[in-house]
Amino acid sequence: MSIAESTATVVRRGQTSPLYKFLKGLIAGLFSITLTMVGLLFVTFIIARVMPVDPVLAVVGERASQEIYEAAYKAMGLDQPLVVQFWLFLKQVAAGDFGMSTLTARPVVEDIGRVFPATLELATLATIAGVGLGVPMGVLAAVYEGRWPDQIIRVVGLFGYSMPIFWFGLMGLLIFYGILGWVGGPGRLDIYYEDIIPPVTGMILIDSLLARDTEIFWNAVSHIILPASILGYYSIAYISRMTRSFMLEQFSQEYITTARVKGVSETAVIWRHALPNVMIPLITVIALSYANLLEGSVLTEIIFSWPGLGNYITNALLSADMNAVLGGTVVVGAIFVGLNLFSDFMYKVVDPRAR
Amino acid sequence: MTTAPVKSNVPARSGLKAWLTSDAPVSRSHAKAVQLYLGWLKLYENKLAFLGFLIIVSLVLMAIFAPLLATAEPNAQDLSKRLLSPLSEGHLLGTDELGRDIWSRLVYGSRITLLIVGIVAFTAPVFGLLIGTVAGYLGGWVDQVLMRLVDIFLAFPRLVLALAFVAALGAGIESAIIAISLTAWPPYARIARAETLTIRNADYISAVRLQGAGVMHIIVGHVWPLCLSSIIVRVTLDMAGIILTAAGLGFLGLGAQPPEPEWGAMISAGRKFVLDQWWVAAMPGMAIFIVSLGFNLLGDGLRDILDPKKSQS
Repeated sequence: MSIAESTATVVRRGQTSPLYKFLKGLIAGLFSITLTMVGLLFVTFIIARVMPVDPVLAVVGERASQEIYEAAYKAMGLDQPLVVQFWLFLKQVAAGDFGMSTLTARPVVEDIGRVFPATLELATLATIAGVGLGVPMGVLAAVYEGRWPDQIIRVVGLFGYSMPIFWFGLMGLLIFYGILGWVGGPGRLDIYYEDIIPPVTGMILIDSLLARDTEIFWNAVSHIILPASILGYYSIAYISRMTRSFMLEQFSQEYITTARVKGVSETAVIWRHALPNVMIPLITVIALSYANLLEGSVLTEIIFSWPGLGNYITNALLSADMNAVLGGTVVVGAIFVGLNLFSDFMYKVVDPRAR
Repeated sequence: MTTAPVKSNVPARSGLKAWLTSDAPVSRSHAKAVQLYLGWLKLYENKLAFLGFLIIVSLVLMAIFAPLLATAEPNAQDLSKRLLSPLSEGHLLGTDELGRDIWSRLVYGSRITLLIVGIVAFTAPVFGLLIGTVAGYLGGWVDQVLMRLVDIFLAFPRLVLALAFVAALGAGIESAIIAISLTAWPPYARIARAETLTIRNADYISAVRLQGAGVMHIIVGHVWPLCLSSIIVRVTLDMAGIILTAAGLGFLGLGAQPPEPEWGAMISAGRKFVLDQWWVAAMPGMAIFIVSLGFNLLGDGLRDILDPKKSQS
């Protein structure tokens, strides 16, 4: 008994406890996130500093006197060494302050809070389409590997990958808005509906429902449906392709053969045996595509005059609004890192082996 | 499948063909030739990939013979013939807002597209390969530092980063090329590192090291060749993305500057009258779509051909 007990403790000591492992993983994870975020800030900071557009001129205007110019130059901290400027900037960011936007003359944090819901609304709808259609399509393609359903889905996907999104959006507007008149034009609402409902979440679809204004709700739907479908198409192309290859990988596993030999119906093999195992890597893919939609819908937002994050960062970049650019990039980076963390976490929830 | 029997039924196999399909190559170059020929046969069998191949060959021919194919000077303006519709006399695809022939502009624009794609498709993979193999081979803190760098670049949205670089460097085709290259290399570094990790402990690497080879010699001479096939597949699949990014930059007015007939910039110019004269924006978009589809089809097929892990047998 005592011998067994002592050997047990020895074994336990040799193994390291799960709590220790968890803490170690957490610290390593936090360290790597911090490093990535600081690096991200540094790259953006350098880009913003070497931009040929003079940030001081953007604030004081072309005709400011020399004294005003120099005062603004000092006030913006541009006379300090780059390292000091970067350090001050880091301290600011850590306090959740991104400074004022020179373009809108409002705090950047406020601006981002205003534009982000528009992007979130669009990206969420697109991702719902991507998952709802992309996953079944991928499964179908894998089941019919090499036969015509697979070929059709492959070509549909490749079309999605090959289409220049701004052109696709433009042609969509031409056909469905210009010629057929089925959908609303650019923007989130028709002009005479704007600023009527009180913003609660910033997402018009939800806000209009909260205000019980179905007229505005349907108007918002008619505006969002085209950009959301176009972004959704890309998401479908990507998710269906990844689902297909994950499913094929599962089909070649022995447990699938075993299930088939035991006489499990093909439907059950596909949906109850193979798909749950596919869900694990698929979560990462979906998170990644969601992150890409949140950050990468720049061109779609421009074509549809969608007042979202991509539009905001692009405008800020083109008018040398450094605070806005830096703030926008931090948010984008944080989203990316956050969704990565989330998918790691989901891994552990779904897959007992990863715990 | 359908073409193979016809080919093998040719009476009295020609000497070249027998040499190309020989299963006992007599030299390294012979073995390479056999490999290439068999790869070509597989490509020929895969109809979609072959279609992609044909599209790309046509693009290259179009760029080379642009002066012969164009029906007008790409920048010749004729304000009396503004916004003519497609199939009007002498203007196959119509004219734009300055009376320039759209077909001729598309033909010359293929040179710009090929230039951007060609340079990016060379610099980005080479840079990524260098970073990835060095990180994978040396390991330790070098690996840590380089891979964090890759993470940082990957955490950026690609177009926003390219936009930022172009904004910093000033708009123009050179800046667009540099910006796209700078945003395109990290995935190659990831792939190259993963491949390197699987081969760095191979016996043949140890043998070379024992003979006194230096680190760079081993990486360039003995690790790179084994990473090449996965990198090539990735490059072909990336080409479409490169074309789309370049067109996006052109569309935003940050790529090639007017009056250069860059396809993305042409769409941007046509955007103003898309509701009335749709063809001005539609035609260059079609061109971008067809070319990137060609690269995607070829890349998709090449992955099946070059990647033995993916093939089912």
